[in-house]
Amino acid sequence: MNRSRLLLLGAEAVAQGALDAGISGVYAYPGTPSTEITEYIQRSALARESGVRSSWSSNEKTAYEAALGMAYAGKRSLVCMKHVGLNVAADAFINSAITGVNGGLVLAVADDPSMHSSQNEQDSRVYGRFAMVPVLEPASQQELYDAMFHAFELSESVRLPVIVRMTTRLSHSRAGVERRDAVAQNPLHAEYAPERFVLMPHNARVQYRHLLELQPKLEALSESSFLNRTVEGSGTLGVIAFGIGFNYVMEARRMHGLGCRVLKVGQYPPPRQKIDELFATCDEVLVVEEGYPVYEELFRGYFGSPKIRGRMDGALPRDGELTTDLVASALGATPAETTAVPEIVINRPPELCRACGHRDMFEAINTVMREQAEHHLFSDIGCYTLGALSPFSAIHTCVDMGASITMAKGAADAGLRPAVCVIGDSTFAHSGMTGLLDAVNDRSPITVIIADNDTTAMTGGQCSSASGSKLERICRGLGVEEAHIRAITPLKQHLDENIAVLREEFAYDGVSVVIARRECIETAARKKRRATAKGE
Amino acid sequence: MEKNIILAGVGGQGILSIAAVIDWAALDAGLVIRQAEVHGMSQRGGAVQSHLRISDRELFADLIAHGTADLILSVEPLESLRYLPWLAPEGHVVTSTDPFVNVQGYPPVERIIKALRSAVQPLLVPAEQLAREAGSARASNMVMLGAAAPFTGLEPERLEAGIEALFGAKGWEIVEINIRAFRKGLTLSNANQTTS
Repeated sequence: MNRSRLLLLGAEAVAQGALDAGISGVYAYPGTPSTEITEYIQRSALARESGVRSSWSSNEKTAYEAALGMAYAGKRSLVCMKHVGLNVAADAFINSAITGVNGGLVLAVADDPSMHSSQNEQDSRVYGRFAMVPVLEPASQQELYDAMFHAFELSESVRLPVIVRMTTRLSHSRAGVERRDAVAQNPLHAEYAPERFVLMPHNARVQYRHLLELQPKLEALSESSFLNRTVEGSGTLGVIAFGIGFNYVMEARRMHGLGCRVLKVGQYPPPRQKIDELFATCDEVLVVEEGYPVYEELFRGYFGSPKIRGRMDGALPRDGELTTDLVASALGATPAETTAVPEIVINRPPELCRACGHRDMFEAINTVMREQAEHHLFSDIGCYTLGALSPFSAIHTCVDMGASITMAKGAADAGLRPAVCVIGDSTFAHSGMTGLLDAVNDRSPITVIIADNDTTAMTGGQCSSASGSKLERICRGLGVEEAHIRAITPLKQHLDENIAVLREEFAYDGVSVVIARRECIETAARKKRRATAKGE
Repeated sequence: MEKNIILAGVGGQGILSIAAVIDWAALDAGLVIRQAEVHGMSQRGGAVQSHLRISDRELFADLIAHGTADLILSVEPLESLRYLPWLAPEGHVVTSTDPFVNVQGYPPVERIIKALRSAVQPLLVPAEQLAREAGSARASNMVMLGAAAPFTGLEPERLEAGIEALFGAKGWEIVEINIRAFRKGLTLSNANQTTS
């Protein structure tokens, strides 16, 4: 059948693999570097024909729970997020390891070592260990594709959710991928199993014991997984290479003519026998992990081992993503002589688009803030985070999704005036509403500026769960007074009136919301291009 | 045959279209491809790059190692300097001379060219001017691809077929402008090689 070779991003290989493995739905909230998985499914003709549901969820927790519900009903479901998104979904995720699943449930999570587009570089494999579920970490786009079939089969055979972990580099790199025959979707098959799914203590204890008892089986399954294999070699130095760490080891090996033995690990819990064998035959073992030194730390143990090298003894850097150069140097190769970057090269950080509405919004905010003794602006995650940089230098915090509102509330409780925050429409829908309710219940004097550009812009313009007049209705429903829900249009010609509105609301001693509403210029341009193309 | 190519530019300048054409041609030639690109925050006017590797044998890493790039193709002069540590001793630099100035302290173009010349023998391309001559300033990335074509290890005809495949949906006029732009770059490059 479909033995065509496609050129796919790692993220797209996950999507195509999941579709061919017979998913009935994907649930996700956009987040770099995971967004392209769901976007690919949304564009896919195959997905449309076979009725795979794929629209965006409000946040990662609602996405995960919906995916669990689909698996409860017997169908295969995929849920995708970036690493910090798993913090949001963690409650659902950890407990789904206790309930288990019926239909296969695969969590595709994309980590971002080196923090290309993130606040931290947390390693999702830790969550896998924490929840005690299998984790797959393929090393290539083809392996990612193949691993999706394996992940769903594994999930259904051990009746647990399975994580497929990747990092930015693989997610955002293209390579040829060979497709296999597609699997049909599961029929609807919801079982009554309250003893598994009602996590009251008497059930949860039994289920938890069952999860513990499963662990040796999971380890045995790793032993025979196609993702774990040994590359023969010679010498006294061996390498355990996890995930795409394997790629850099193999590249360095070829480049520098090194013959070390390599154990490639792409399925967790790690294959104990294979690891024991490597340790038994080598005097020194380099542990190469794209992320935290999770297994290096485990292998070293509390008392350490002089035999192990890796991120914890400086053989490799403790943070940041790996490269062939870093791994080659850890393997003892002499680095190539290279040309230095000339001194005249300056940094070129990202910036808000020219003519972006956020620019006009920040200009108005900054003008009013300059009149205040205290001018702290609590902010959130989205394009408007770029307001931290020159020329605006407007925002003072950006911590996690929704934290702008709640941090402003806490600061207001402490006595800070004015307590002002700015949050995007999509981020407000994701995690802002509950915080606003807290502020209303407490009558905290805060001003929430919702930057409504009608899209999730930073990740490339995905549909927002709440924008337009829905925002006014939500704020009213949460109890914000009608008179203090104001809408402004962030355009040059409205600057004076926008300043006047902000000035009034900053001075108001209660909860106020100012919605700065103007469509993202990128999505507006895209809509226009599509309309023109259709018109022709 | 193995080529390591770094595509450099500023978010929004169209280096991914260049990558897509090379990818298409390499796939057509039955080669193995790895092409790492930058998505997310940097796409908003920041420095972006794509590591593109094509080979007739298995490739492992998505990233190019220091000192092993056969070609740096930059659609912006300052950006061509940023990736010099990746350039192989015999590697080539092909860069546009049209600056994209969106930061304070952007050095004068003459100083950039001087710094570049002190490291390598670059091929300098007035991309926007040639693209205008071809019919649209927006085709300057295809001028750059044409100028770099002799260093990609791929036949120009195959790259042109790639341009057709990529722009076909936008109509013949767009395809023709981009092919003309590609050929203008290629002609400049070939003339330069015969004179130097």
